Amino acid sequence: MSGLIGKKIGMTSVYDASGKNIPCTVIEAGPCVVTQVKTKETDGYESIQIAFGEKKEKHTTNALKGHFKKAGTTPKKIVYEFTRFEADHQKQFGDIIGVDIFVEGEYIDVVGTTKGKGFQGVVKRHGFKGVGDATHGQHDRLRAPGSVGASSWPSRVFKGLRMAGRTGGNRRKMINLQIVKIVMEKNLLVVKGSVPGPKGSYLIIERWS
Amino acid sequence: MSKPELMQYVESLVERKEFPSFKAGDTITVSYKIKEGNKERIQQFQGVVLQRSGSGSTETFTVRKISGNTGVERIFPIASPFIDAIEVNKHGVVRRARIFYLRGLRGKKARIKEKRM
Repeated sequence: MSGLIGKKIGMTSVYDASGKNIPCTVIEAGPCVVTQVKTKETDGYESIQIAFGEKKEKHTTNALKGHFKKAGTTPKKIVYEFTRFEADHQKQFGDIIGVDIFVEGEYIDVVGTTKGKGFQGVVKRHGFKGVGDATHGQHDRLRAPGSVGASSWPSRVFKGLRMAGRTGGNRRKMINLQIVKIVMEKNLLVVKGSVPGPKGSYLIIERWS
Repeated sequence: MSKPELMQYVESLVERKEFPSFKAGDTITVSYKIKEGNKERIQQFQGVVLQRSGSGSTETFTVRKISGNTGVERIFPIASPFIDAIEVNKHGVVRRARIFYLRGLRGKKARIKEKRM
């Protein structure tokens, strides 16, 4: 697996050769800095650690300051580890990885945190149908969950029963998004479809091969 | 670069044809390419612009015409490669940017005063 850390910029649409409108997400991907190379001898497994996104020095702990200084870079917001980074993209400590590791037309996965929706009822949170009728004796139970269990047995509500609560803000992965366009000079990826999270949120872009 | 600037940069890469400027209330003719099998022909759609909506490469505009006795509205994406040409026939005098009130008007009431250029 190889990949990058990116930032969601926004959505737009482009037209393909046949004139079809393709909804697209623009992602600022990289340039990321290799801040650590883990090897079997020293760490027990192989991976590379990359960092992305400027951060102020005064908001950085001394431990991280030293870590970034060693890699010869400024403090970064996001640090992420990729295991089994592809051999042909094998990177050295302090290297800079950009969007050039991808090619147009290939498929990637994008990981992000979905938008937080706050405390939501069961209709929005779990797709319950609600009562579905405003008449026939109903008046204030349009979006109610209904019964949560029987009475004498089991005399309790089963664990894990789907109820209202905090919704959104989960880590989600969108798989098989096609890269429509790569804008090298601005480090931008234009991918087909949507990705999780609000504009400006950080994303992990993965490619399995 | 900030997010809006980056979005603008990406949208500037999308090819766009140059069209004459028009706004709500204008009467325009849109030449629209239609593919039938292997053949391609051009269809004209003439009517009043109800609104222009959105910005950048996702901007669209709505054209309304009366066909027979029925109102017909079509929404065109302005960056669509199928739009061959847009011709402005008349500039209209309207006070708002979205003239949906036109939908409720018929016949003589649905006229729009022409702006003399």
